[in-house]
Amino acid sequence: MRRLNTDRLIAFLLIVPSIFAVALFVYGFIGWTGYVSLVKWNTLLPDFTFVGLDNYARLFANERFQIDIRNTVGFTLLFIAACLVLGFGLAVLLDQRIKGEGVFRSIFLFPMSISFIVTGVVWRWLLNPSTGVNLLVQALGFKDFKPGWYTDPTVWFVPADSLVGQFLTNIGLGVVASDKFGLSMGVIALVIAATWQMSGYTMAMYLAGLRGIPEELREAARIDGCSEWGVYRHIVLPMLQPITLSAVIILGHISLKIFDLVSAMTGPGPAFASDVPAYFMFDTTFRGNFFSQGASIAIVLLTLVAVLVVPYLVYSRRTEVER
Amino acid sequence: MNKMVTRAIIYLLLTAASIIYLIPVYVLLVTGLKSFTEVNLDTMWNLPAGLSFDSFIRAWVGDPLNGVLGLSGNFANSLMLVIPATIISAILGSMNGYVLSKWKFRGADTLFTLFLFGMFIPYQSILIPLVQTMQTLGLYGSIPGLILVHVIYGIPITTLIFRNYYAVVPNELLEAGRIDGAGILGIYRHIMFPISLPGFVVVMIWEFTAVWNDFLFAVTITSKPAVQPVTVALNNLAGSFVVEWNVQMAGALMAALPTLLVYIFLGRFFMRGLLAGSVKG
Repeated sequence: MRRLNTDRLIAFLLIVPSIFAVALFVYGFIGWTGYVSLVKWNTLLPDFTFVGLDNYARLFANERFQIDIRNTVGFTLLFIAACLVLGFGLAVLLDQRIKGEGVFRSIFLFPMSISFIVTGVVWRWLLNPSTGVNLLVQALGFKDFKPGWYTDPTVWFVPADSLVGQFLTNIGLGVVASDKFGLSMGVIALVIAATWQMSGYTMAMYLAGLRGIPEELREAARIDGCSEWGVYRHIVLPMLQPITLSAVIILGHISLKIFDLVSAMTGPGPAFASDVPAYFMFDTTFRGNFFSQGASIAIVLLTLVAVLVVPYLVYSRRTEVER
Repeated sequence: MNKMVTRAIIYLLLTAASIIYLIPVYVLLVTGLKSFTEVNLDTMWNLPAGLSFDSFIRAWVGDPLNGVLGLSGNFANSLMLVIPATIISAILGSMNGYVLSKWKFRGADTLFTLFLFGMFIPYQSILIPLVQTMQTLGLYGSIPGLILVHVIYGIPITTLIFRNYYAVVPNELLEAGRIDGAGILGIYRHIMFPISLPGFVVVMIWEFTAVWNDFLFAVTITSKPAVQPVTVALNNLAGSFVVEWNVQMAGALMAALPTLLVYIFLGRFFMRGLLAGSVKG
């Protein structure tokens, strides 16, 4: 019994350094950033005069930040949708007893091992409006294919005077029909590069999920007269739901935090067409020395991620306890 | 017959997708292997006339007379960063995973969830105090400082992978060790550690890739080109207007090579790490 107590003590001592490190560097630092966001430290020299929510008020009134939020929402939705559809499609194709499955899988997955910086450098070249993808598509016969990609400030949105726009105005959502709720060309360019890098990941997750579904289950459904499409609709898709949830959480937190790709590929872009909060925070804090302003962006960003991730972590904990 | 057509369409789709996924690699290679005079917006997709390694040499050693820094020193910095960071992270993760799966104390599961949150946070939310702390500790702008940062923020994922890995080891095995008189450390040394090799491989590949590819910590903590890792140097190289596309592509290829090689040779474990990072429990 004494032995066991000593062991318990050693167990605790083994993990204490990590507890201390996480407590300080994750939770303590978040607390400190939160405090910095409430003071007046917007010069190189620290100034801890308390100003309440001033930094946040200024932030939400800032047009660049409003554009950033629009871009992050657009990027996140489009990126997750593209990765899920592409990843699921590729996984289903690969699940048909394919010769050379390993080779195909490796080709779809290898971009995951590369840094977003390399991806950004390559795709900036590929989406250069004067060459790259545009040149290739033009050579295939589409002579008028000339999108400006990350050099184009265009934003697509529902015009207020359109039918849909008028409907939105009538139901009190007129604000949605403006360029504050749109999708910019720069964001589309970023989504293409990010999807190239991350869709293989979703494919791998879905493939692992498909392999976990017993063949007998599908066979039984077929015997019951289910078409191949029906098997997917009624058996496979429902069983893959937990995987879709995991994928949405993983892709969602990556896309909310996206910074490296923007730095290497586009920068903020024309009229901030490809700017995101993570980039704005870095710019504000470390290039502009507006530390408190930067801290407020960081806290908004953290809140967005926490809203996505915390329920998932709590849910995972619960399901694990039940098992 | 109908089935043959379906099979053909499946293979056709997979081949088409493969070609699209490989396009960036093609462009990296053909642009990188071209000489400066050959790089032209109109002939981007053409194969190089001959093999020219000038771009690789220029990206590697730079062009000091024109103020262009090569990647060679930064590549070395990345190695000096990634090797210790990976080893320390793996050891720490193994200890944490062992305790949190086999020596659970009260609140161990809650603690683990609190750890996990650290893996999802946007690091922007800790950068300001991190820079202040690094300056106070005298580690700002140094490779050891960056190693410390990666080890600490690597704790959640390495703990997660090892905890999942050890969770499936039968408790009877530990019981047997205890009956033989082994304590917590003895059981680790004689029972757990010897079967941990696959876990270590998965964690080390994950950390190697994550640390090598990191940009945010590197660009925040190291401001002097002499200590910057290769991702930051590549970003600077590509962002400078005097550097031609062929040199950028050659540089990108070299910066991607280490993780790409790890992926090619240890891809199986890479997959396992990826899935461990996503499927909980």
